[in-house]
Amino acid sequence: MWRFIGVRLLQAIPVILVVITVTFFLVRIAPGGPFDSEKAVPREVKAALEAQYKLNLPLFQQYAAYLDDLAHGDLGPSFKYPGRSVNELIAAGFPVTAELGLYALLVALGIGGLAGVCASLKPNTAQDYIPMSLAMIGICMPSFLLGPLLVLLFGIYLDWLPVSGWGDIPGDKILPSITLGAGYAAYIARLGRAGMLEVLSQDYIRTARAKGLPRWQVVFKHSLRGGLIPVVAFLGPAFAGLLAGSFVVETIFQIPGLGRFYVQAAFNRDYTMILGTTVFLSVLIVLFNLLSDILAAWMNPRLRAQFGGH
Amino acid sequence: MIEAHTFRFLLTLATVILLAACSGGESNVASGNREGILYFGNGSEPQGLDPHVVTGVPEHFIIGALFEGLATKNPYTLEPEPGVAQSWDISEHGRVITFHINPRARWSNGESMTAADYVWSWQRLLSPALGSEYAYMLYPVKNARDFNKGAITDFAEVGVTALDDLTLQVTLDERTPYFIQLMDHYSTFAVHRPTIEKFGQMTDRYTPWTRVENMVSNGAFRLRDWQLYRRIEVEKSDTYWDRDNVKLNGIVFYPTENVVSEERMFRVGQLHYTGSVPLGKIPVYQEMADSPYRQAPYLGTYYYLLNTTRAPTDNLKVRQALSMAVDRDSLNKNVLKGTNLVAYSITPPDTLGYYPPKLFSHDVAGARRLLAEAGYPDGRGWPGLELTYNTSEDHRKIAVALQQMWKDALNIEVTLTNQEWKVYLDSITQMDFQIARRGWIGDYVDPNNFLDLFLSGGGNNNTGFADPRYDDLILRKAPQASTREARYAVFHEAETLLMEQMPIIPVFTYTSKHLIHPSVNGMPPNLMDWANFKYVWLDQDWRASEAGD
Repeated sequence: MWRFIGVRLLQAIPVILVVITVTFFLVRIAPGGPFDSEKAVPREVKAALEAQYKLNLPLFQQYAAYLDDLAHGDLGPSFKYPGRSVNELIAAGFPVTAELGLYALLVALGIGGLAGVCASLKPNTAQDYIPMSLAMIGICMPSFLLGPLLVLLFGIYLDWLPVSGWGDIPGDKILPSITLGAGYAAYIARLGRAGMLEVLSQDYIRTARAKGLPRWQVVFKHSLRGGLIPVVAFLGPAFAGLLAGSFVVETIFQIPGLGRFYVQAAFNRDYTMILGTTVFLSVLIVLFNLLSDILAAWMNPRLRAQFGGH
Repeated sequence: MIEAHTFRFLLTLATVILLAACSGGESNVASGNREGILYFGNGSEPQGLDPHVVTGVPEHFIIGALFEGLATKNPYTLEPEPGVAQSWDISEHGRVITFHINPRARWSNGESMTAADYVWSWQRLLSPALGSEYAYMLYPVKNARDFNKGAITDFAEVGVTALDDLTLQVTLDERTPYFIQLMDHYSTFAVHRPTIEKFGQMTDRYTPWTRVENMVSNGAFRLRDWQLYRRIEVEKSDTYWDRDNVKLNGIVFYPTENVVSEERMFRVGQLHYTGSVPLGKIPVYQEMADSPYRQAPYLGTYYYLLNTTRAPTDNLKVRQALSMAVDRDSLNKNVLKGTNLVAYSITPPDTLGYYPPKLFSHDVAGARRLLAEAGYPDGRGWPGLELTYNTSEDHRKIAVALQQMWKDALNIEVTLTNQEWKVYLDSITQMDFQIARRGWIGDYVDPNNFLDLFLSGGGNNNTGFADPRYDDLILRKAPQASTREARYAVFHEAETLLMEQMPIIPVFTYTSKHLIHPSVNGMPPNLMDWANFKYVWLDQDWRASEAGD
């Protein structure tokens, strides 16, 4: 088990290095620089600006300097926000995005898991078709449509919930969490249904039923764990996706999260911010994929035996 | 059935949580009116709060609340009013201005403000190493340009001197009628030297002196809280010299980047004021009784650059034909919902009493004739033309409308290309385009702010237009004019020269568009779209007074 984790972490280092290198050069190749603005500035001023951020050095020297700073945990100063470091911006944005992602994941698991299990219990009946059709709509409906619809209904017509913000007004976290979680709930419903159907057709379930166990016991005690393995395997990428993909929801609800910083940084050509966020998110994605593999292994006795053997 | 029970239970639970979490409380607007706190939709997160480093409108509003310049502006008339300087004298030839600093002017830490604060601050702004993008605001000052470009290094040669603690003398290269206006631009504000030096050197862009716990400012308000991407709060300063006339107790600035969300926040009472209004919502608001929608002319022009160095727009007749074929009234009415003012030249009308010339009008027959004379009768032999704009739904709509107008009127094909903002900036700077969308917002109310764009080789010219007669009028004749009328006559002559060469297609004059809650007073519309927060007050009984009308 430890060896498995160690190997995976070692494998991650070259991956992240490649990500850094590619990003570093790509952002510099993109037309337009961080200090291009609508009002042209004198050449001398622009040169002074670039010198303040070492952009006057040869590209490879900049790259080496960046790696050196990175090795010391310093992601550099933001170009767009003078006086702020990238570390500081990430520290401000990440907890918000993580909290949003976590709530969205809970929403997704709650709604999706329930719908998937219900559907699998009576396949090809209304109890299957209705949640599965809803799930299909959920997958197809983008958050930039669902978000405003929910806001219109709950925020404006019913006036039950705040229309934007995060942690400013009680209840303002509900709509964004649902909006972000909905698409994933749909995936989880379909994955859960498929997984449960497979388990429910296994011999040991038939045996359990034949023994006369109550139905809830068959479902919750014997089937659920096996049936939800595909869901758990999906959780790692899903959470990483929630973190990296929360931009749209953060924009709709004006949430001060990392996703918004990230996309703004790309528009602003804020080189250090783009790089810093990319590095940070790649590390997270690697970690979450690993975590979900470990969790899936723990839930699946066959895989667990494999690890135990090593 | 057990799962049905579970279902019902969870459903009930979810509903209870949802209801329990419901806001239902008092809105920002209601509590703000009672406590004297203005909730202000401010467009985006400010880059920072260092007046010499940042650029942009959201920064302008916050810095305007935290700092005050030597002179400020009356929001109703835009005429200069005393700020840190209680008065100023202008010498007869207009080249020496003496500011008398108000002895009651204080920093927020209680220290008195001095003329030396300005000498040091202006040295900072003009130091090449700081890389300030607004350093050119002080270029009218003697030797300021040379110092900023590194041609001279001794700041003593620059025309700014502290005669004593409360007297600041500024020497200009030439008479500059708008110089006092520049004293209300944040780039010319004083910053607190000991605070900046405590956290770094004079020319460091990257220090924490603007943090809540560190900042020292001199305006009607001081910084209270700054939560990145969430809100910035300022509170009334008790050291400000004119504090008795400040009515608000505080302002909360929200970075409302998404205009659609901002409008929703306004609708549910989270904001008193929105930075803008989504175009699609404007007709709805316009039809409301007692509408909170406010629209006013704005000191900015929307136009297209024509590349005069490339075929076919190197041909004057082609440029004229393109511009004359545009039906601006129809565009404004049908595409822009009547929210702007049509423009036939670059300077907005009534720029402090100046009106631009109108040399042409919508004339399809004339445009067709000119195109034929240029060698493309009825569009035959037309080589094609590419129009570049920065990605935005509104710019696209306008470009599509023009494309269609040119097709209908001149029978020519124009293709549209949209580019992401920085790519677009790169294209126009390199003049890598044929026609490109452009907007210009004035920094001060004076025709010079628009007309000096088109000086030969100017950084914001972007058209290839160059005419020594034009340069002479703007650079020499206008500053020499001794009266406003004479000066405006020179500008009129220059602008006529410009529009005869048609290096741009003027489209419209911008308007400012806001939603403003009826309880807000002292925030009149003006050409600069500028609020002087000192004047703003909130009417707690706005409903009652409305009912009494």
